[in-house]
Amino acid sequence: MADVAIREPSAPKVARRRAGRFFSWSRVVAVMAKEFIQMRRDRLTFAMIIGVPILQLVLFGYAINTDPKQLPTAVIVADFGPIERAILGAMENSGYFAIDHQVDSEAAARASLARGDVSYVITIPAGFQRALVRGERPQLLVEADATDPTATANALGALNEIVRTALLSETTGPLARLAPGMLPVDVVIHRRYNPEGISSYNIVPGLLGVILTMTTILMTSLALTREAERGTIENLLAMPARPYEIMAGKIIPYIGFGFTQVAVILIAGQLLFDVPMHGSLVLLLGVTLLFIATYVTLGYTISTVARSQMQAMQMTFFIFLPSILLSGFMFPFRGMPDWAQAIGEVIPLTHFLRVVRAIMLKGATAPEIWPNVWPLALFWAAMIAIALLRYRRTLD
Amino acid sequence: MNGEPVIAVEGLTKSFKGKVVVDHVDLSVKRGEIVGFLGPNGSGKTTTIRMICGLLKPDSGSGEVLGYDILTQSDLIKLEVGYMTQRFSFYEDLTIRENLDFVARLYALEPRRDYVDRTLARLGLTNRQNQLAGSLSGGWKQRLALAACVMHEPKLLLLDEPTAGVDPKARREFWDEIHELAAEGLTVLVSTHYMDEAERCHRIVYIAYGKVIARGTVPEVIAGSGLHTIVVRGGDTAAIARRLKGRDGIDQIAPFGNDLHVVGLDPNRLERSVRDAIAGSDAVAEPDATSLEDVFIRLMSQSTDNFANGAGAGHG
Ligand SMILES: Nc1ncnc2c1ncn2[C@@H]1O[C@H](COP(=O)(O)OP(=O)(O)O)[C@@H](O)[C@H]1O
Ligand SMILES: [Mg+2]
Repeated sequence: MADVAIREPSAPKVARRRAGRFFSWSRVVAVMAKEFIQMRRDRLTFAMIIGVPILQLVLFGYAINTDPKQLPTAVIVADFGPIERAILGAMENSGYFAIDHQVDSEAAARASLARGDVSYVITIPAGFQRALVRGERPQLLVEADATDPTATANALGALNEIVRTALLSETTGPLARLAPGMLPVDVVIHRRYNPEGISSYNIVPGLLGVILTMTTILMTSLALTREAERGTIENLLAMPARPYEIMAGKIIPYIGFGFTQVAVILIAGQLLFDVPMHGSLVLLLGVTLLFIATYVTLGYTISTVARSQMQAMQMTFFIFLPSILLSGFMFPFRGMPDWAQAIGEVIPLTHFLRVVRAIMLKGATAPEIWPNVWPLALFWAAMIAIALLRYRRTLD
Repeated sequence: MNGEPVIAVEGLTKSFKGKVVVDHVDLSVKRGEIVGFLGPNGSGKTTTIRMICGLLKPDSGSGEVLGYDILTQSDLIKLEVGYMTQRFSFYEDLTIRENLDFVARLYALEPRRDYVDRTLARLGLTNRQNQLAGSLSGGWKQRLALAACVMHEPKLLLLDEPTAGVDPKARREFWDEIHELAAEGLTVLVSTHYMDEAERCHRIVYIAYGKVIARGTVPEVIAGSGLHTIVVRGGDTAAIARRLKGRDGIDQIAPFGNDLHVVGLDPNRLERSVRDAIAGSDAVAEPDATSLEDVFIRLMSQSTDNFANGAGAGHG
């Protein structure tokens, strides 16, 4: 018999002991290698890795203009006189500014702006009213977070008019002579992080998140449903791979796949749009890894729930739409109604977009992005748990 | 052969959407045996096999496979069982070799290359190892599937209609291979609905509508049916068949080439009726061994009746 020779007493037993362990890299590698080969043979998938990012980058070249109101604003006011009160009141009345942050130092204000807690910092220097009365044209400094230029454009455009209105109502009595003619206040606007207000600066980092969302979820959401539809799941289940090994084996190749796209997007973003990179590339790639892992796992979770490829696709789009609309990619996050912001907060893409914009455009560091990193990690952990709970070990 | 049981399950029951498809099936298979699992389509063979290897959870019933509990130790069972699915379920976009590599890694077989090479050679797949599985004909797919499920040297093979749609020569080779494996001590449970394959098994179990209705060696099953057969040769068999229909003691009439097989339970009444029917023609009639096929047709029509009568009666 041909295989008498291979029945040395110990060889299969050793293999069995090895195979019987709770975790085996060999089994993870088995699934990974298989997925890689299948991916490589599938031309469409391959085209998707390269084609989709470039297509999207070009298509989304222009942003949608919007007019968000009630953006959080911090003020630094040295003396609270009637003029200061009038100007701030008029700003609030305009609806663009929600003055809800009282800060006492410039450094604290800058930090809020960098974190994205506020969209504007308004500084009214000491002696403002006195200088105004003397006709010295004191400065009113408005710093705006121009990362997303469409979000602040209208407010900044209306600024002069707002100040003029404020002064008009206050310029009865001793200040009456200031009223007509040139605005007696020098309104200085600093657009921070994206001084030219170029919207592709905002769009390209956004697209990084959106493209990854689309491709990673879609690919992995088919991971198990494809096996079910082709009937190969029966074999997979009959062999000794454990649920977490299959999950790891199916997820890791798509993380690599996502990273290829990251490279394409970053390089194309640099070549086509000159998007700056102010922060640490390593930090960016680290967070991107976490983000890809989160969405790849989300896709896998879908595939444990969906009964067919069709269902998996539908669920993917069900997740994809709110991600695009409510994450702050399409519309400035702060411009959305509260309920939409609440939904947006539980979408991983929302946090990822904040992180990417912060790192690329503001040069944010690890502690600054942490508030948006832990929600990603939490989401990821939840997805792993759900996927493992939902994984069906039998054909029932 | 030594008598240690490899499969010992009792009362396996499974329903889908309220319909009982496997109904209190007991099965026992000893080491080194080749047991044929027979029954018409939809009788519950695949479902039973899936419960044995842990792919489906039985609604009730219990048992052991290779000494492991089928309800709680399916992880261990999977390590020592080779299951060949009814429908080809390897990856069509992988080559033969890549499929075997995948399996070898899943079972942590080391050195992997040696295991794969040996298995390829053993099943004559070496020359085709770089062909995509999807481009193979039925016979070669079957071979790949067999290769993949024997590579890790399992102790038990579960083969679900392994030769459906395979040409006779490939079927013959397939069975030779199975006998060789059994001779090495492997135990085999194989489902089929080919009669000639049933005869190549040490024992058979016949299932219809989810219930086991016959089991034993082929001669035992034939004897147990209580059927007698008379073969009518020559003359106008078609006319004779028409005349036989409905006569006392005749259960089945089936043409086999130029012959007519007439089957009944009571040999005397059977003989009388046949003699009457051929009187005046030049046909000759003589008793012959009852074929397995006749037995199965009889069993099937019986169980249909039972099923129709007893439907919904259920089990306590
Ligand atoms: N997953 C399932 N869901 C619903 N019905 C099923 C399922 N699997 C099998 N059946 C039904 O159970 C019966 C037995 O099927 P099966 O075990 O495949 O029979 P066999 O293998 O003997 O042809 C059939 O009527 C089939 O339609
Ligand atoms: Mg079947």
